[in-house]
Amino acid sequence: MDISWFIVLSAFIFCIGAAGVMTRRSPLVILLCLELMLNAGNLALIAFSRMVGNVEGQIFALIVMVVAACEVVIGLGIIVAMYRRKLPIDVDDMAELRG
Amino acid sequence: MTATSWGWLVLAFPLAGMLVIALGWKVLPDRVAGWIGSAAIGGAFAAAIAMLIDLQDQPEEARSLVDSAWTYASTGGFSVDMSILVDPLSVMMCLIVSGVSFLIHVYSVAYMESDRSYKRFFAYLNFFVFSMLLLVLAANFVLLIVGWAFVGAASYLLISFWYRRSTATKAGIKAFVINVIGDVGLVIGAFLLFDATGALDYAGVFAQVPEAFAHNDGQLVAACLLLLVGAFAKSAQLPLHTWLPDAMEGPTPVSSLIHAATMVTAGVYLIARMHPLFEQAPAAADISAVIGTLTLFVAASIALVMTDLKRAIAYSTMSQIGYMILGVSVFAYSAGMFHLMTHAFFKALLFMGAGSVIAAMANEQSLDKMGGFRKAMPFTYATFTAGALALAGFPLTAGFFSKDEILAYTINRGDWFIALAIVGYITAFMTAVYAFRLVFRVFHGEPCEQARELEGGHLAHAEPFNPATGEAEDTEAGFPGPEHHIAEREGAMKAAMGPLALLAIFAGLVQIPGVTDVIEKFLEPTFAGSHYAHDHPSDSAEYMGMAVGALISIAGILVAARIYLWRPGTSAKLQARFAPLHKLLANKWYFDEAYDYGIVRPMTALGRFGRTVIESAFVQGFLVGGTVGIVRAGSSFARSIQTGEVRAYAAVLLLGLSAIVLYFLIVAS
Repeated sequence: MDISWFIVLSAFIFCIGAAGVMTRRSPLVILLCLELMLNAGNLALIAFSRMVGNVEGQIFALIVMVVAACEVVIGLGIIVAMYRRKLPIDVDDMAELRG
Repeated sequence: MTATSWGWLVLAFPLAGMLVIALGWKVLPDRVAGWIGSAAIGGAFAAAIAMLIDLQDQPEEARSLVDSAWTYASTGGFSVDMSILVDPLSVMMCLIVSGVSFLIHVYSVAYMESDRSYKRFFAYLNFFVFSMLLLVLAANFVLLIVGWAFVGAASYLLISFWYRRSTATKAGIKAFVINVIGDVGLVIGAFLLFDATGALDYAGVFAQVPEAFAHNDGQLVAACLLLLVGAFAKSAQLPLHTWLPDAMEGPTPVSSLIHAATMVTAGVYLIARMHPLFEQAPAAADISAVIGTLTLFVAASIALVMTDLKRAIAYSTMSQIGYMILGVSVFAYSAGMFHLMTHAFFKALLFMGAGSVIAAMANEQSLDKMGGFRKAMPFTYATFTAGALALAGFPLTAGFFSKDEILAYTINRGDWFIALAIVGYITAFMTAVYAFRLVFRVFHGEPCEQARELEGGHLAHAEPFNPATGEAEDTEAGFPGPEHHIAEREGAMKAAMGPLALLAIFAGLVQIPGVTDVIEKFLEPTFAGSHYAHDHPSDSAEYMGMAVGALISIAGILVAARIYLWRPGTSAKLQARFAPLHKLLANKWYFDEAYDYGIVRPMTALGRFGRTVIESAFVQGFLVGGTVGIVRAGSSFARSIQTGEVRAYAAVLLLGLSAIVLYFLIVAS
């Protein structure tokens, strides 16, 4: 199969993820969209790895997955903390770092 | 022990005394601190005598010993040593400084007794003696400058010793500022010499002078003139003299020690020490001789009308130092140093007498209020008169021989120097008049109230006040103590004044033309290289000069007696008759006013301009304010971007990323 299919799919997924991050207000969905963007990246990495013919891209993808897992753990932790303190689960209301 | 080891001891004693008193001020009783200070200086004097004996044992050509304790700095082909020079000149200065200082310390033990800052006084006094001895023993310019600056600092500390008196602190600042002008001159002068000779020690510089400089070479003359700036500032010569009369704000022993006997003669010592330079640059020496002559005349004329007892003696000091400067500038070194010695004796004595009188007057210093102390204070009267006789150059007293020797040498130079000598003789007449004006106005005439009380055995007391302004004071630290001490009742003060009175009368006998020449013989090794070493006036010329001097002195005393003693009221008539002249003299030739209008006020105006325009408008407004404005504008922009909206951040991030990707795509295609 031509590599461009993989790349185009990866770009689509990335754009979906990015649009989700920019438009959704629930931190849970934003986290999911972030996962989409990361996995789009992973897909591209693996596709290029197959094309070039070595495994470095695949190793990199594994690392990205680990990072993504950590990030989800922290992100979910934050969301649970927000929930417990009965804060609104809405990123637009969490704008206390305004300069 | 060698002469140089004694030299180090001469320095060590006062330093140790200062440290002991300064560190032990809490535990030492007052009188003990005073005696420790005196003993330290006594030790220095003893060591100086030992140094003299050791030096005299050396053959004449070997009487210039340099000893280095350690190397202070060594770099780039030259080194500065912590080294002292022991030769007849420095030994003579050490003897005068430590000897007179010792007597003044003893005097102070009693005189300052009730002062609340008694121990501070002795710590300062010992520090001064240490600095002065360092100055005269230094073997290179660096150490000389260190001693020179220390002496200025000690003078500042002691002038403003009564630090709660505003007049005293102002006088201290004035003295320090003018002394620093002199220090700067000395430092630049030393640098010019170093620039040409590459050496900083005296021996090295003097050895190079004949090759490095032509006769009257421009750089050498400049260096000598700069050294003279230092000498004139320290020795209160025109036009840097205005600090000395104000320095009389300090305690009387300080006036006696620093501002009469020792520190102010440092300039004379400097010129004598630098004689190889001045002989190679006679233009500078001639300027110095002229300024010395001007000073001796101007100062004596002011001393004629001063009504403040201490200030009158201060102007007399200036005038006498003018004689010394004239002496060493016409290359009559031994005569100049001889006068330095005799002057130290009689002027210290005069100040001690004045201190006794001022104490009897309960701190009043105005001559107008004094009178008739002759019976009340016979000892002070006798010693003060001895000092005044020597000052007036009465025949066979110390001042007579030394002053006339300077004038005889000046005439011997011929040419226009004779004019200087004539001014010197005119001033000698004025000196006799003002010296005995003081004696007659203080001790003769109608006894004043305090004198009558003292005759009845009661020492006057007054509410403490500032003698210059009349302001009320208390007697705590920072002001003079409550008690007054007069020589008649204090053994220590008598013990100090007695020997000085004898020296004032008899010290001249060591150097009678044609009879004795102790000083000249002693100083010969130092000045052996001088071109004028054998250029003496003939004995007959000296006798002529002495006869003229004796006549002038007696005439001056008689005139003073006529004005102030036999026909009281003459002085008021003279003042009325020569009103403009009296006004000029009473205002001290308007030097202070000229400096005030010429320097102080423009500087104040410049300072005010700097403060209002440069500082507040330019620095604060433009530089500081501008920088603050830029930073504030930048940060408020950066702050406005920080909205705290996570989605906005993400959008910006993506947009930026897309822009970069787009850019690379365009570039790549």
